[in-house]
Amino acid sequence: MRLASKDILGLQEMSTTDMQLILDTAESLKEIISRPIKKVPTLRGKTVLTLFYEPSTRTRTSFELAGKYMSADTVNIATTTSSVVKGETLRDTARTVEVMGMDVVIMRHPISGSCHYLAKILDASVVNAGDGMHEHPTQGLLDMFTILQRKGQLKGLRVAIVGDVYHSRVARSNIWGLTKMGAEVVVAGPSTLIPPYIEELGVKAYTRVEEAIEGADVVNVLRLQLERQQRGLFPSTREYSRIFGVNRERLALAKKDHLLMHPGPMNRGVEIASDVADGEHSTITEQVTNGVAVRMAILYLLLGGATDEAAD
Amino acid sequence: MATNLVEKAQIMDADAIRRGLVRIAHEIIERNKGTEGLILIGIRRRGVPLAQRLAAFIEEIEGRKVPVGVLDITLYRDDLTTRTEQPVVHRTEVPVTVAGKTIILADDVLYTGRTIRAALDALMDLGRPAQIQVAVLIDRGHRELPIRADYVVKNVPTSKREVIECHLTEIDGGEDRVMIMEKAEG
Repeated sequence: MRLASKDILGLQEMSTTDMQLILDTAESLKEIISRPIKKVPTLRGKTVLTLFYEPSTRTRTSFELAGKYMSADTVNIATTTSSVVKGETLRDTARTVEVMGMDVVIMRHPISGSCHYLAKILDASVVNAGDGMHEHPTQGLLDMFTILQRKGQLKGLRVAIVGDVYHSRVARSNIWGLTKMGAEVVVAGPSTLIPPYIEELGVKAYTRVEEAIEGADVVNVLRLQLERQQRGLFPSTREYSRIFGVNRERLALAKKDHLLMHPGPMNRGVEIASDVADGEHSTITEQVTNGVAVRMAILYLLLGGATDEAAD
Repeated sequence: MATNLVEKAQIMDADAIRRGLVRIAHEIIERNKGTEGLILIGIRRRGVPLAQRLAAFIEEIEGRKVPVGVLDITLYRDDLTTRTEQPVVHRTEVPVTVAGKTIILADDVLYTGRTIRAALDALMDLGRPAQIQVAVLIDRGHRELPIRADYVVKNVPTSKREVIECHLTEIDGGEDRVMIMEKAEG
């Protein structure tokens, strides 16, 4: 079994077969993370680059660890300390690292579609680690993996995605992934933070958080992305928290055995109340561990087998 | 292209397999002077039912349970970069710590020795066992690595053109049996 494409660019274009293969492989690999010796030799001699044009803690670290647990060599470029500040273009940076022998380039970039551009000019595999307001496919997959581990299935579940949907690549990847796998997805947030086209993606949109959370199996809270916003989308974070924040009272409307998710980093006390973030329904730390398993699966599936040409 | 295999001969039936496994269960107990510190680990896929059966026989004989684990060696294969078809990874499930224990690795057929090599590396990554011993249903020769089995149900001299097929109820359904197959001409 192998993936249809050399790249992981988004869940919009990924088939359910490929998503299922990644989720199944992650399930098999997760056990390695809890071993005393967290190392398997599978990707020996492969090189993985993380190229991040935006800040990141968990995504970059978890890709690096995923590579290391599988014995790949990992190299990190944070653009603030690289030639990018001297004005090097994305094309030139990418070409430079490719001729050094990178097998996979994992990129985060503020411009939507930049990973698709990179995939076209590189022979190496490209993994989208977040492109602007477009997609964050590995986050979508790790969220699906977390739900699957807890609930045993995705089909038929009601998943509420709450908060700043407009700026959220996490929301878009979750919507495309979950709806394809047969879940019912609803979104909610202030109308200024809900994109007008969103219902075309097959979800129901609400402006009252309560309506979305009611009867939900999963509540996925999005971070308020203050760095991407111009002023005036909502009056104040205090008011946002009062009307749209996810707290114990609002979660009482969800199913009794609901899961509370957040992709992190959290603004505690803004989009999510601190007590529920650390509460018994929260899967927030589990998501981080699962992120490593999902990224190990992706690296294995992209690099583990031979290319068709090599086998001829 | 799929190769056509023709059955040449059946070399073991269900009774022969059962008697052979009972014999090596006794050998395992004898050589290790009981069951203290033993763990049976089956290599996916057909080593798994063999490990479980050996554990059941050992329990019948000694009246003590022996832990059974499952090892998936996909991540340790030496042919990952030369195969077109990428193997699907399955879970490794070893319920107890292997450090200081005597591991009996079980598999159906011992041939080139490459599977056992991969299994040894996989085991070492789980900890430092005191000893590793190998138990197989069939040893068909043609080793490519310096590896041997400690317990063999049946030695079967083969040519490289031949293939040994083990059918085990738990995986293949039907009756247990072992056959020699040969690649069809043309």
